[in-house]
Amino acid sequence: MSAAEEVVAEGHEAVEAVPKRAMTLSTTTSLVVLAVLLIVPLFAKNFIIFQLTMLLIYGLAVLALNILTGGSGQFSLGQSAFYAVGAYVTAVLMEQFNVNYALTLPVAGVICFGFGFLFGQPALRLSGVYLALATFALATAMPQLLKLNFLEHWTGGVQGLVVTKPDAPFGLPMGQDMWLYYFTLVVTLAIYIFSVNLLRSRSGRAFMAIRDNEIAASSMGVNVALYKTLAFGVSAGITGVAGGLSAIAVQFVAPDSYTITLAISLFLGMVVGGVGWLPGSFVGAAFIIFVPNMAESISKGLSGAVFGVLLFLVIFLVPHGARQVAIVSQQLIGKLKKN
Amino acid sequence: MLFARILGIVAVGTAVATITSGAALAQKKYDTGATDTEIKIGNIMPYSGPASAYGVIGKTEEAYFKMINDKGGINGRKVNFVTYDDAYSPPKAVEQVRKLVESDEVLAVFNPLGTPSNTAIQKYLNAKKIPQLFVATGATKWNDPKNFPWTMGWQPSYQSEAQIYAKWLLREKPDAKVAVLYQNDDFGKDYLKGTKDGFGGKASNIIMEESYEVSEPSIDGHIVKIKAANPDVFVIYATPKFAAQAIKKVAELSWKPLQIVTNVSSSVGGVMKPAGLENSQGILSATYGKDAGDPQWDSDPGMKKWSEFVDKYMPGTDKNDSFVVYGYGVAQTLAKVLEMCGDDLTRANVMKQAASLKDFAPDTLLPGVKINTSATDFAPISQLQMQRFKGEKWELFGEIISGDVPSQ
Amino acid sequence: MELFTNQVLAGIATGAIYACMALAVVMIYQAIDHLNFAQGEMAMFATFISWQLMQWGVPYWAAFVITLAFAFVGGIAIERILFKPLAKAPILTNVAGFIALFAIINSSAGLIWDFTIKQYPTPFGSSPFLGSQLISTHQAGMIGVTLLLLVGLFFFFQYTRIGLAMRAAASLPESARLVGINTSWMIALGWGMASAIGAIAGMLIAPVVFLEPNMMGGVLIYGFAAAVLGGLSSPFGAVVGGFLVGIFENLAGTYIPGVGNELKLPIALALIISVLVVKPAGLFGRHIVKRV
Repeated sequence: MSAAEEVVAEGHEAVEAVPKRAMTLSTTTSLVVLAVLLIVPLFAKNFIIFQLTMLLIYGLAVLALNILTGGSGQFSLGQSAFYAVGAYVTAVLMEQFNVNYALTLPVAGVICFGFGFLFGQPALRLSGVYLALATFALATAMPQLLKLNFLEHWTGGVQGLVVTKPDAPFGLPMGQDMWLYYFTLVVTLAIYIFSVNLLRSRSGRAFMAIRDNEIAASSMGVNVALYKTLAFGVSAGITGVAGGLSAIAVQFVAPDSYTITLAISLFLGMVVGGVGWLPGSFVGAAFIIFVPNMAESISKGLSGAVFGVLLFLVIFLVPHGARQVAIVSQQLIGKLKKN
Repeated sequence: MLFARILGIVAVGTAVATITSGAALAQKKYDTGATDTEIKIGNIMPYSGPASAYGVIGKTEEAYFKMINDKGGINGRKVNFVTYDDAYSPPKAVEQVRKLVESDEVLAVFNPLGTPSNTAIQKYLNAKKIPQLFVATGATKWNDPKNFPWTMGWQPSYQSEAQIYAKWLLREKPDAKVAVLYQNDDFGKDYLKGTKDGFGGKASNIIMEESYEVSEPSIDGHIVKIKAANPDVFVIYATPKFAAQAIKKVAELSWKPLQIVTNVSSSVGGVMKPAGLENSQGILSATYGKDAGDPQWDSDPGMKKWSEFVDKYMPGTDKNDSFVVYGYGVAQTLAKVLEMCGDDLTRANVMKQAASLKDFAPDTLLPGVKINTSATDFAPISQLQMQRFKGEKWELFGEIISGDVPSQ
Repeated sequence: MELFTNQVLAGIATGAIYACMALAVVMIYQAIDHLNFAQGEMAMFATFISWQLMQWGVPYWAAFVITLAFAFVGGIAIERILFKPLAKAPILTNVAGFIALFAIINSSAGLIWDFTIKQYPTPFGSSPFLGSQLISTHQAGMIGVTLLLLVGLFFFFQYTRIGLAMRAAASLPESARLVGINTSWMIALGWGMASAIGAIAGMLIAPVVFLEPNMMGGVLIYGFAAAVLGGLSSPFGAVVGGFLVGIFENLAGTYIPGVGNELKLPIALALIISVLVVKPAGLFGRHIVKRV
């Protein structure tokens, strides 16, 4: 029985190919979006600014997953673990070692990059559902690791750590929320530009070659092991920075903040935004922040069910996520121009 | 300038509001969230996600204030109870509480649930000087008026309850070997700490501390391991499902230690019956409230009121759910505080009145257990009484014990 | 030594829970070639149906049979209504659909039946089995049912036309269509069977863990782990995997000093991942060769 071998024909890839140009927005659209992001906070209440900050942070985390899944074709349900490590690195450095908040982010990114790179090693041998299970296991284990007794001195154990929110520097006349928003926006932009360029670079082409056909890629001379682990590392590093930002924005870290639910939310964000389409990450982030709020305003007792129904509606209408909407509207605009 | 125009409109609006309310009703004082006709109260609860079992507390409170409004409200003002879902996630709790404060503009945040969520919002609410009233967690840190004058607990702290068990054991069974099973989170660890503190110099009586995770489907393996250590006393600091599993498994193993179960899991309908009444005989616990599934309260006037309330405002709700009793009691306490505020509905006065409760007894508390607070005591309920399970009800015994643990 | 034997026996008893769920996982994997995250919730919902029937006075076995039929039809209906339209969508979109289904079922069950735990009857009784207090007659019965299901599934997939057709439809849909298999209905049938097996698992697990809307959350993680450890293509492997996970978890909790108890789930999962690294298709799974 076990000797029997099955042959699987191609055309059954987990992630379909996305041409690399289609992974970004046009320059005009990008500038318009940027202008909106810059101006809106001036007219919004603090709590909306806070929500927008969280949107950018979750957007970053979804983007990181998108690089991994949409870019290199590897699937992860364990992003919450990297997010947690980043958040804890920032919180511990800020509260226990009095490090400036801005300096904690690169540290969180580097540590998570290393963590992701190492985790990518065993993950190399796994694919599809097996990789899903391995990353899922990581996500389930993380809250328990954070609770460990011998780490309690730094992590605060089950009680977590309260983080102080930074004031705007140089005496800038803006509140903490607005300052943090612009700070997050700058970090997000930097990472977004880095990611777009990464995917357009040699490494990015290698990622996509692996995603589309691993064996073909390796026979063309792509170092599959290196690039796959690299994708894990980059993804984890960006997720770590997002986690660090979230610790500052939420002002609190605790094991309960980083359960498997977070990993699942990030995954949903990616699907809704469109796998492999980087700008969609922020659409996906908006979905995971605002749709649960909508669901609960429709029905308290059934908020979970309403959320599920809304999610079904979205994937029925646009199975390829926001990317599909973007492509369709682009075609429409193209047609209008011709007329 | 659009920006300037918006600011201008806001300023004029505020000025008009101040003039009308100030001129017409000089003796009335309001903060944001209170008017002549309405008091706006905010709340967050896990309605979705793994902790959604607690959601019924929020629903009960909503129903309670509906009842209050149907009866004419509090001092003529209706209570507008705004409750949001935090899914038991601290980041979501921060988002929703900020929405309550900055968008809905509530007078106070009432009964937010869970130690992590409350820790996440505590600093924010205190900085904004908004009452974080009667939080739904038993950690000791809520009784800290010096550092957090805007935060107040409600139920007895987990640690004080655990100390009561430890002291009882020291007195009644000084040489007994004790094994503790606890949930590996803030709830379980607080109980463990209280137990150890209670034993003081005799902490060596605790021969085993075994923890479990909520993600475990069944905790039978832990019980087998504890039995192998052969303790005389088995203390169960677990949430209802796991407490019921533990009690059932102990009986299946034909093991007969003295069992103590936390108040959280002492519900007759929610724990003892599912675990098997025959398996639950002789179990000890401590309580501050009446149990809806316990027949001894069937003719109790307070519980009759509660029962009528459930029938009318929450038809179809499972009356065995101890959270429905909890939500009623805590909502009644808030109603009392708002009533005491009279026409001075400022946030400072809400905290002042909440800290001036004298011998207040909600319908659902044990006879003799009273709520008392002061400027230095932010632990409303600090009394408990020991009880033993017999037949199909709890038998109270001993004195009502007062056991405050100072916050550290 | 007594503690060791006891922990192994207790591990087998808990392992039976995982094994049962793992069978349902393998069943759906055979039919649709991926995992269904809503499987545990479907099982929970079916168990609530049977509980409700018994509350209305229906005897145990009648409720059992009605529930199986309900689960089977329900599984097919879910596939036809919700997932058939997604057949052409990317796999990850389907996974998002499973998560949506999870949320819908969990939330509805909570609204209908509340979150208080409910006692669930067992047809086998709960007295000690063969004088051993560690395994109750219920747990013995559960192991028995799991093994029966296993044998049944083995014959179904190995010797019945429909079982063979189903396997063919899942692994080589193109070729299966060419030989005249209605692959679309095979998938629906797989959903129905997986749902029915899940319902059996739910009804056997509920007496141990108590019935409530979140009862399958932990079980499903272990069920996945067990199925993956044993090999997703092998019902036999899934059952062995279930028992292994149960035993190993208990032993790790008892004998690894310091962190063993706090980290028994992570340790068990780490072990499974190590096994997968050495044997990527699980202990009893078939090796799959890919054509470029």
